[in-house]
Amino acid sequence: MSGRKIKEKGIEYLLSLAGILAVLALLLLCIFLFRDGVMLFEKYPIVSFLTETKWYPTATPVHFGLLPLLLGSLIVTTGAIIFSVPLGIAAAIYISEIATPRVAEVLKPTAEILAGIPSVVYGFFGLVVLVPYIQRALDLQTGQTALTGAIMLGIMALPTIISVSEDAISSVPKSIKEGALAMGSTQWQTIYKITVPAALSGISAAVMLGIGRAIGETMTVMMVTGNSAVIPGFPSGLFEPVRTMTATIALEMGEVPMGSDHYHALFAVGSVLFITTFIVNIIASYIKQRYRFHL
Amino acid sequence: MFSNARLNERIAFTFLRVATGIVVAFVFVILYYIISNGYSVISLEFLTDMPRNRMTEGGIYPAIVGTVYLIIGSMAVALPLGILAAIYLTEYAKPGRLTWSIEMAINNLAGTPSVVFGLFGLALFARYFGFGPSILAASLTLGLLILPIIIRASQEALLTVPKEYREASLALGVTKWETIRRVVLPSAIPGMVTGAILSIGRVAGETAPILLTGAAYFLPRLPDSVFSQFMALPYHLYVLATTGTNIAQTRPLQYGTALVLLMIVLSMNIIAIAIRSHYRKKMRR
Repeated sequence: MSGRKIKEKGIEYLLSLAGILAVLALLLLCIFLFRDGVMLFEKYPIVSFLTETKWYPTATPVHFGLLPLLLGSLIVTTGAIIFSVPLGIAAAIYISEIATPRVAEVLKPTAEILAGIPSVVYGFFGLVVLVPYIQRALDLQTGQTALTGAIMLGIMALPTIISVSEDAISSVPKSIKEGALAMGSTQWQTIYKITVPAALSGISAAVMLGIGRAIGETMTVMMVTGNSAVIPGFPSGLFEPVRTMTATIALEMGEVPMGSDHYHALFAVGSVLFITTFIVNIIASYIKQRYRFHL
Repeated sequence: MFSNARLNERIAFTFLRVATGIVVAFVFVILYYIISNGYSVISLEFLTDMPRNRMTEGGIYPAIVGTVYLIIGSMAVALPLGILAAIYLTEYAKPGRLTWSIEMAINNLAGTPSVVFGLFGLALFARYFGFGPSILAASLTLGLLILPIIIRASQEALLTVPKEYREASLALGVTKWETIRRVVLPSAIPGMVTGAILSIGRVAGETAPILLTGAAYFLPRLPDSVFSQFMALPYHLYVLATTGTNIAQTRPLQYGTALVLLMIVLSMNIIAIAIRSHYRKKMRR
């Protein structure tokens, strides 16, 4: 009997190890990312890294200014969100509140296809279709602009926004909606006065997750935004090439000697990127937990 | 007043319909564009030939092989770990600091950008462990990247197994682990398979992490050990589409590569969706 108990306990410990390994992975990720990132600041002051307006990693003297990259990420992400949030939420409302169950059963996996397409395929599509189109339509020098990146990222953020908002909207209790309808509200009045406000926390979490997805996206932005590391103006910067933090890491890491200042600078950029998405994720899960429906 | 509300409703619903239509249109335009331009390129030779003449002719065989190796490698890492962690979280874990940390770690790993995983894999596996840029370093990196997907899917699968199954087995005097192994796991397998298949699609399409951990621009032969560098479909597409002087000339090869990649990823998604809806219907009965 006690042999059996020991075996059971042993198995429980083994299983918990697998879970602990996930924690360990995150810890190691932080350690190795930050360690190589912080090494930059032994030679290059952190204040310059944060406030310099130039990213000239191979010039003499070198400039490792984060700002153009950070603002590049910011302008592309902002554009993506402005474009995808209204579209995504509208589609989520349609799928959960208006479409018949059969139509919804088709629409949901269709939107999921967008989540399955690899980012390099989005980048390729953007490069061969959207880039020349934007150049011609807006009569620009190049079609590789922040706007192009924003549109592609917006499309890529759609499935996240749709599925998470759809979950939130359809989890609003039926009794509440029926109450509103029984009072003589139209279906639309019920949706925008009752259902959407009730699901607002879930919808905000969806938006946060969409932002996280857009900031972290690499291949697509790298292929369609032109990658010039200058501080973008707003909104004029939308129509010029920009370079994001993610693209900088992916573009430059291949040509950098391991352990050089430039190598450490890319890890420092990676650390900033990680901290940004970390905060976005924490906010998303906080909103979700705090305002979950309790009935 | 009443008719005004009706009018508003019609305008609003039209807007919602149009928005949904736009989303659906994106899906079809992208798929149509890649498929219609790529299908004529795909042939047996394209799939089984080495690239020739500085990658301006020939096939994509080594890239397909590389992607298959990455799938096998990363699944070997993530599948057992993910399923065990999910069993722990759903069947054993009690609310507390440990469970909270594990949940938080999984959430944050899921939201971490793939290029950051690439940096991590480069620093830990390629440099610190000395694996170099290799299949091994890239597989371990991708394994960690899909770990949260596998854990979440497996957890969901375990949660759908009715409590009565467990209680009936426990009431017969069967131990907890035997109950999980013989009663709970068999019913949860379809859901776990769904998660695994979805992550195969993810591994096949990820580019940024392998770019930093061992994907090669071009290799004249297939990798011969886990420490070799490798070619892979997504990186091959990126290279063909953006570098070199023959971008316009190799456009058909680019469409072909994009289509093969898309087909792999989409078929995984479709299989996963089919399995899921099949078992959801079965559960409802």
